[in-house]
Amino acid sequence: MFHLESVSKQYQQGDNTVSALDSTTLDIQRGEFIAIVGPSGSGKSTMLTLLGGMLAPTAGKVWFGGQSLYDLTVTERAELRRLKMGFVFQTFNLIPYLTALENVEVPLLLRGDSKSNQRKRGLELLDQVGLGDRAHHKPSQLSTGQQQRVALARTLANDPCVILADEPTGNLDPEMRDQVLAFFDEFHRSGKTIVVVTHDPEVALRAARRLQMTASCVGAELPHRLAKAA
Amino acid sequence: MNFFTLVWKEIRERPTAMLTGLMTITLGVAALVAIRNVTFFSERAVAKELEALGANVLVLPKGVTLQDYYSADLHGQTIPEQFVQQLAFSNLEGVENLAPKLCVPARLNERGVILTGILPQSEFQAKAAWQSANLFSKHKGCKKARCVTDEGGTNSLATKRTVQELYKHEALLGSDIAAATGLKEGDKVSLLGETLVVSAVLPTMGTVDDGRVFAHLHTVQRLAKLGEVVNCIEIMGCCEDVAQGLLTQLGDLLPGTKVVTIAQVVQTQVSINRMMQRLSWLFLAILVAMAGAGIANSTIANVRERRREIGTLMAIGASPRFVSRLFLCKSVLFGSLGGLVGYLLGTGIATTLGSQWSGMSVTPLPMLAVFAICGATLVSTAASWWPARSASRLDPCVCFQDS
Repeated sequence: MFHLESVSKQYQQGDNTVSALDSTTLDIQRGEFIAIVGPSGSGKSTMLTLLGGMLAPTAGKVWFGGQSLYDLTVTERAELRRLKMGFVFQTFNLIPYLTALENVEVPLLLRGDSKSNQRKRGLELLDQVGLGDRAHHKPSQLSTGQQQRVALARTLANDPCVILADEPTGNLDPEMRDQVLAFFDEFHRSGKTIVVVTHDPEVALRAARRLQMTASCVGAELPHRLAKAA
Repeated sequence: MNFFTLVWKEIRERPTAMLTGLMTITLGVAALVAIRNVTFFSERAVAKELEALGANVLVLPKGVTLQDYYSADLHGQTIPEQFVQQLAFSNLEGVENLAPKLCVPARLNERGVILTGILPQSEFQAKAAWQSANLFSKHKGCKKARCVTDEGGTNSLATKRTVQELYKHEALLGSDIAAATGLKEGDKVSLLGETLVVSAVLPTMGTVDDGRVFAHLHTVQRLAKLGEVVNCIEIMGCCEDVAQGLLTQLGDLLPGTKVVTIAQVVQTQVSINRMMQRLSWLFLAILVAMAGAGIANSTIANVRERRREIGTLMAIGASPRFVSRLFLCKSVLFGSLGGLVGYLLGTGIATTLGSQWSGMSVTPLPMLAVFAICGATLVSTAASWWPARSASRLDPCVCFQDS
């Protein structure tokens, strides 16, 4: 599904060049559940944004479904995200002035769905994450766990084939974390490709494949028993 | 949910920012509409006055300074009535009529009024017939075929500044005085110790004449014990072409007087109108710059405040065009609403204060609404264009930054 070909990313900070990702070659197969683990500043989020078509690499190519992602225009990449990708954020990133239902409807609005379709699908998804009775609550009226579940429903709204998650359990208590991870397992079983960036060994253990990142480099794949220590 | 729900809900989320933006546009438009409204009606009033009285010339005592054509006789200084006859029989080309006036203060039903003595046209005609003289002659090539005697009745005082017939025991009441005192045609009134009969109530003219009482010139002279004098002589030219020529001829004929045309009298107003018009363009430029800067500033602040939201929208597939439309739609809404409210406010100010301060009738100008709404929308959209564009170019990676 994804193929990274000698991809690197450097930032310019004044006179200094900072390397966020050193030359990396990587393949991610359709239907895989991958966890990218590593300390802060190791380039995990850079990797995720590169995969999401939101950050052009300094060198190399990112292929998605046989298409060179950064040879597409900004609008074409936005369309690709709209139709094929779903994002899960650490801080949920719900739109504060919209209700839970309207937040779930946003990707459907972007896709051009009719109002009635948006409503039907939105309520369906909220029911799926157990928040059917909170459809008309604003994010500020929901607990953090509920907010993340609304965000998950939003991620699933356009039925993406890839889910890119950035520390999805970072702000959750253990109980909520288990609930969210259960949803990830369900997504994986339904055939979606999942790439999760995490510090959390529990999350990493749920993934079928774990990649260790250190100092801007994708290191060796971690075997299951080492993932806990990572 | 549709696109406008998204825009509207965001506006409602930040009502202070919305009100500030809206107020900037509204006040700017209101000021402009009020200025344009007053200027428009002021110009129209002057043009109307010039059209109606453009050919008229005033003969005044030398030391008089004039502010208003209609109160040209309210200054207390006099010239001999003999000048009227001198003018009538001088055979000046283009003189169509003469209206000498003498004003004195009087009391009517416990109310202070201005009693104005006027000379009816019938007296000129009688004198001309008696002296076998030609009274008034048109200038060569004059295309204006009008004659004061064509129109009788009291309406002629409003339209031609003269009346055909007025007996020495009669009085004419201005509409305001009649309304205030309840007097009507046929009633008797006591003025300066003499009883006069109201021969007519004049139609409303919209000038100081509405507050006057008119009587025969010789009656007023006798009652006021001022002798054979007048405060001014109004000369009705047959057409505007003669006004300038008459100035020279009258100056030679009556050397101790001041001779002015209506155009000279309204010159000050014309200059003020011109200045107001120029100022309104200057205000327009300043207000456009200020409103534009205010809107741009508020849009920039809005973009900054919503960086994370924009990043999230872009991550879930919003195109740059969609993002810029979110901000431009808001600007269009503010611009059109601000333009409309500003138009209503400005028109309200102009119609109430304009008539109170300048005594001029100001009515709403619907065309200004179109200009106000379109102009405000255009300025608002143009001012938001750059911030909206920068929002659409925002790096979507901001959505991954921890709050």
